Amino acid sequence: MSVVLKIENLWKEYRLGVFGQGMLFRDVQSWWARARGREDPNTPVGTAVGNNGRGDRVWALRDVSLEVREGEVLGIIGRNGAGKSTLLKIVTKVTAPTRGTVKIRGRVASLLEVGTGFHPELTGRENVFLNGAILGMTVKEIKRKFDEIVDFSGVEQYIDTPVKRYSSGMHVRLAFAVAAHLESEILLVDEVLAVGDAEFQKKCLGKMRSVAEHGRTVLFVSHNMNAVRRLCTAGVLLEGGTVRERSEEVESLVKSYLQAGVNSDVGCSWVNPHGKLFQNRWFHPLAFYAGDRDGSPVQMPASNDRDIWIHVKASIAEISSTELTVGYALYSEDGTLLYWTYQIDEHPKLWPRLEIGDCHIMSRIPRRFLNQGTYRVELVGGLHRVLWLFQPGTSVPAFTLSIEGGLSDSPLWNHPRPGIISPVMRWYNDK
Amino acid sequence: MGVFLIKSNQNTTDWELEDSHEDSGRWTSIIRPRRPWFHLDLHELWNYRDLILLFVRRDFVAQYKQTILGPLWFFLQPLFTTIVFTIVFGRIARIPTDGIPGFLFYLSGTVCWAYFSICLTETSDTFFKNAQIFGKVFFPRLVVPVSIVISNVLKFLVQFSLFLFVLGFFLVKGSQVRPNPWIMALPLLVFQMGLLGLGCGIIVSAMTTKYRDLSLLVTFGVQLWMYATPVVYPLSQIPEQYRFYFSLNPMTAVVEGFRRAFLGTSSIGAEQVLISWAVTLGLLSLGIILFSRVEKTFMDTV
Repeated sequence: MSVVLKIENLWKEYRLGVFGQGMLFRDVQSWWARARGREDPNTPVGTAVGNNGRGDRVWALRDVSLEVREGEVLGIIGRNGAGKSTLLKIVTKVTAPTRGTVKIRGRVASLLEVGTGFHPELTGRENVFLNGAILGMTVKEIKRKFDEIVDFSGVEQYIDTPVKRYSSGMHVRLAFAVAAHLESEILLVDEVLAVGDAEFQKKCLGKMRSVAEHGRTVLFVSHNMNAVRRLCTAGVLLEGGTVRERSEEVESLVKSYLQAGVNSDVGCSWVNPHGKLFQNRWFHPLAFYAGDRDGSPVQMPASNDRDIWIHVKASIAEISSTELTVGYALYSEDGTLLYWTYQIDEHPKLWPRLEIGDCHIMSRIPRRFLNQGTYRVELVGGLHRVLWLFQPGTSVPAFTLSIEGGLSDSPLWNHPRPGIISPVMRWYNDK
Repeated sequence: MGVFLIKSNQNTTDWELEDSHEDSGRWTSIIRPRRPWFHLDLHELWNYRDLILLFVRRDFVAQYKQTILGPLWFFLQPLFTTIVFTIVFGRIARIPTDGIPGFLFYLSGTVCWAYFSICLTETSDTFFKNAQIFGKVFFPRLVVPVSIVISNVLKFLVQFSLFLFVLGFFLVKGSQVRPNPWIMALPLLVFQMGLLGLGCGIIVSAMTTKYRDLSLLVTFGVQLWMYATPVVYPLSQIPEQYRFYFSLNPMTAVVEGFRRAFLGTSSIGAEQVLISWAVTLGLLSLGIILFSRVEKTFMDTV
């Protein structure tokens, strides 16, 4: 089958910068200071003069080449920051690549996020037209498909009601219906199925399948591995902005993604080999692991009836003028992010001290909060809004946390339950 | 920790979207990191004409639904401005008005100026106001400012009808005003104001993506500009040697042209009209250059 989308050596660079650089007043001030041979008043303390505003560069995509054939349903998987969304944004022309080309045959319809351009004051009917036109349809086309769209969305009764009165589910359904009826050769879907009720999700999956059966191509970005398994005829695994694997064997691809997510790290703790990795002045990590309160590591799998403490040991050579944020992200086995936490999450009075020299901070995961299972804990952090030191989705210090047993004291709760977390809740009488 | 993405460097900012020639028409579009410095794809814009009209409709409907005073406000604004001008510049400062009744004179200037200035100010924050949509879907970004300029024509027409009403009143009263065949040029005048407002607005919109504080200056700048335009005084009051500088301001010819048509007094000539058009088209081209430079990578900066 013929190739409808050809991505050749695609690179995309983002610049990380300091907020407030773009002030005419400041630029003039800096220029005036330099013109008089003075020090630029806007140079951040601790950086070399002249480095102002250059910021750090991050390659969101590095040399990605990919061919997608007609009728393929290509699942794009990878962890946060792997470059999935950037890729779609370039294909939909929302942003431009830094290097490389994308060749497209046919029309591209995107569903990067649903309900784009929906105006709350307008009725469902008016929004169908507006949204359709934003996606590139002509009024004639929308008129022709209008009944079908409304029928698919299941909001017939409310079609002449302003959408501000819609529930979020209705909102999503109507938006998806519009996009799904856009006649395009290539449909891009990003994380849409996360919203909406089960029945509607089924409808959407069916629609995507029928889209593919009619010879149209679908690019599907998702963290939902079950949906990827069910829907996709091929997959591509992105990692750190590069294509790690492209395969028609979706099942094995998903498996290798999940394994890369959870098991690729050697163990239940992370130790910086001879301190060579992640060297920097502000927070040079030395060890990252799960332990008990006094710092000794826990045996994996850990029992759920004890608190687990996440420990971070590092050395600090310099206190940055920008606030340092260090914490961890917790992912479930299928790559779903449960949460992020930083040491600065609470009132400043409660923040742990970070001083020059050796530093050891820790954070408690309450007992019986997580469910039985295997988790991936990643170090995240950086200088607040200036620079990532440990950027999520890149290869940062990480370890595997497994929990087994000790779920409850109840004699009746002795098997793990479904659910991402499994807190033990207390029940009371009404008095 | 939130990470910000700010402006990419020069060699990454431009890209190109063109019909393919090299692959013998196999591809419908090719996305590249580069594009010529002047890029105006009228054909593409035309393909999105339905979207322009729907945006116009949305602006109108949303405004109508949100405010009770909505349509009434369009009348009140020029009316009050004119009353203030009549008192301040007519009664107190006693600036001559070419023999035209003060109220009519100021109203004519205000109605024109209101259209131009609203086009400018509303298009000047195109990028930030639409960052949400721009971040998700591609369509020619010019669709947005163009639709703003068009939807404001409706407001202009409302205010213009107020002007016609007042004009009729003074005609019946037997004032010395002479509407003449030049009124046929009205569409051209409105068109020029629209282009000028669009041009200046998109210049500002492109520059505010780099310098956000610039947007604070817009309202102020527009106000100053008004006083540099014969809105509250006739061009005939300007000493001959300064007239040339005044004709460099494209709005001078527009406001004076409007008065020439509806009130029958003015001191502008063909030469000034030509200069005015030249400056208008120059600003519009500059706007398109800056706008197309910014539109492709703006999303990396918010």
